[in-house]
Amino acid sequence: MFKPSWDLERSQSVERHTLTVLVDNEPGVLARVVGLFSARGFNIDSLTVSETEHDRHRSRITIVTVATPKVLAQIKLQLERLVPVHRVHDLTAEGESLERELALIKVAGKGENRVETLRLAEAFRANVVDASIDSFVFEITGRPSKVEQFISLMQPLGLVEVVRTGLTAISRGKEGM
Amino acid sequence: MAEQMTGAEMVIQALVDQGVEHIFGYPGGAVLPIYDAIFQNDKVEHILVRHEQGATHAAEGYARSTGKCGVVLVTSGPGATNAVTGLTDALLDSIPMVCITGQVPTPLIGSDAFQECDTVGITRNCTKHNYLVKSVEDLPRILHEAFYVATSGRPGPVVIDIPKDVQFALGSYANPNITSHPTYKPQMEGELDAIKIAVDMMLKAERPVFYTGGGVINSGDEATKSLREIAELTGFPVTSTLMGLGAYPADGEQWLGMLGMHGTYEANMAMHDCDLMICVGARFDDRITGRIDAFSPNSRKIHIDIDPSSINKNIVVDLPIVGDCSHVLEEMVRLWRSKTNAPRTDDIQPWLQQIDKWREVKSLRYEKSDDVIKPQYAIERLYELTKERDVYITTEVGQHQMWAAQHFHFNQPNRWMTSGGLGTMGYGLPAAVGVQVAHRDALVIDIAGEASVQMTMQEMSTAVQYGLPIKIFILNNEYMGMVRQWQELLHGGRYSNSYSDSLPDFVKMAEAFGAYGIMCDDPKELDDKIMEMIEIDKPVLFDCRVTKEENCLPMIPSGKAHHEMILPDTADIGNIIDEKGKVLV
Ligand SMILES: Cc1ncc(C[n+]2csc(CCOP(=O)(O)OP(=O)(O)O)c2C)c(N)n1
Ligand SMILES: [Mg+2]
Repeated sequence: MFKPSWDLERSQSVERHTLTVLVDNEPGVLARVVGLFSARGFNIDSLTVSETEHDRHRSRITIVTVATPKVLAQIKLQLERLVPVHRVHDLTAEGESLERELALIKVAGKGENRVETLRLAEAFRANVVDASIDSFVFEITGRPSKVEQFISLMQPLGLVEVVRTGLTAISRGKEGM
Repeated sequence: MAEQMTGAEMVIQALVDQGVEHIFGYPGGAVLPIYDAIFQNDKVEHILVRHEQGATHAAEGYARSTGKCGVVLVTSGPGATNAVTGLTDALLDSIPMVCITGQVPTPLIGSDAFQECDTVGITRNCTKHNYLVKSVEDLPRILHEAFYVATSGRPGPVVIDIPKDVQFALGSYANPNITSHPTYKPQMEGELDAIKIAVDMMLKAERPVFYTGGGVINSGDEATKSLREIAELTGFPVTSTLMGLGAYPADGEQWLGMLGMHGTYEANMAMHDCDLMICVGARFDDRITGRIDAFSPNSRKIHIDIDPSSINKNIVVDLPIVGDCSHVLEEMVRLWRSKTNAPRTDDIQPWLQQIDKWREVKSLRYEKSDDVIKPQYAIERLYELTKERDVYITTEVGQHQMWAAQHFHFNQPNRWMTSGGLGTMGYGLPAAVGVQVAHRDALVIDIAGEASVQMTMQEMSTAVQYGLPIKIFILNNEYMGMVRQWQELLHGGRYSNSYSDSLPDFVKMAEAFGAYGIMCDDPKELDDKIMEMIEIDKPVLFDCRVTKEENCLPMIPSGKAHHEMILPDTADIGNIIDEKGKVLV
């Protein structure tokens, strides 16, 4: 059905949106997507990619970007222009979606700190995946804000290093992409 | 039925199956098997250029003048990198092109082998799509898919990178007859509801204007026909971008001339003051809009484009219609007819009278001279003396290009080949080669500048080899005139490195190539010499010496709006642009 142009210039302020992109998993497809963002000056906050349908060689790419509504519309349309792209959905614009991230967090410390570290990990449902006399590696999954919060709590307790997968997301309800 | 053949033979067979008659190329180690297959075939003629950039522009000229796909064949490494300018040019001007590049054998890829470069990496952002063929089994599909992608939807260049071992490998070939694609699905038909709303808006408009572009030409003859029809049915005035010239006839009464930076006063004022803008196959680029926040402030805008990403990219419009121009215009004609039979000429009289007042400004006027050849005069004479002929014009980039657009008149589509989006100096001469290959008996003229033409001059040799009697009409002002003009506008007339020093003797140069040279510096002799050029059945270099410091006007200076044009009688152009405008290009 025909939709008139929405008022794209209503807002100059930027919004954070999560896009999910279904692509053919062929060589260079990720480079195409990333190259598009850099060539057109779009911003990537987080990017995750993996093949999700092995028999059909299709991958899902999740991109978090920050842009004005006008630029967000452009990003979606430019992505759709790429030949190996099947579909692009703006999960943020389409309503509530589930967003998750995984992080592995290394914390070193002794004595009281160690006890406190474990107590907090339990509260955040972070799993201990490695331990030594004076260190832990925790695995935590959740919304990025939860991961963020856990990391900042670990800071004073002997945080050594963090690796994060970046965000992946899916829409709620029964409909697929 | 599948046939056994080598990858190299598949390339030629696919070209034959696609109806390709000519390709432009240059050999090298990584494409020798394909050259061998060319040697053994008699259906596809190969035109040997002198530089791979020449091959790409020739293919563009060929494509733009015929509506077919241009085909290029180059070797790996430097062959591929030399093609990059033409690929980018074709991308920006939406020219259908398939460029086949040789690659080092698959086991050597990534080893910095001799003449290896990452062709798909380098060309990813300057093609519509590209392929690296890793196995001969994939080759038939990729070859045909490449043509489908290059020519359908918004056309563009596609690269197929074929490693040498794949060219030698045996496989089975059948034409897959591709007419659709699982992921790439251009929307051809415009939404009927939207077209209905457009027609309603057009029925009510008081100050309407059609703003048309290269998309109309790309869409084909049907689009041109429908554009002319809807213009006639409505009585609305029509302007066009540089790329769209010829779709609506320059002789037509409703024609306003070209719009944009060097467009006419009436076209730009109509754009600025209209209440309804109907954009057909154009993309609101910065040469057209001038200052974005002052662009056509009181109009509602309809945008017809086959590429959804063109919509709202630069200018937010009220009514987008995604679809092929020919389809959308045809529907528009049908719906208009169902509403009314009379054009709205009477209803919009005040607007048409206002436009006539703007026309009286005569923004293309220039000071005549009996002693020196004015560049505008040279184009006018060229037009007058060739207009009854079957003529195709290509250009280089600079002032001469804009004077050609302003003073040569195009009444048919596909007659005007110019580098619009990328503005590539060196485009015109090889493009003329490509046009002449497609139209052997036509008069093909490259309107050139003395600086630009030296960028791809070596293609004169190609023209001589294939007996292509192209005419290179050089407006020789001894300056990179457009650069000099901007230096006068913006940099206090300090002409840093824009003087064309040590110019060759173009007449002797022509002779050295085995072509024909003419020099003219006297307006009284100009007509005779142009006739001499036309009559000679050989490539000609015409060195037309024109006034050196002529400015190309009118002009919307950078950072200004449509109604702030510099008109021809402005004596001092040196203090018009403010600090903000200076940083723009
Ligand atoms: C490949 C390339 N390099 C540089 C430019 C920048 N440029 C635009 S016009 C121009 C001067 C062209 O001079 P000439 O061909 O003599 O044309 P004129 O403007 O004098 O008519 C230059 C250098 C360009 N457009 N293309
Ligand atoms: Mg010049």
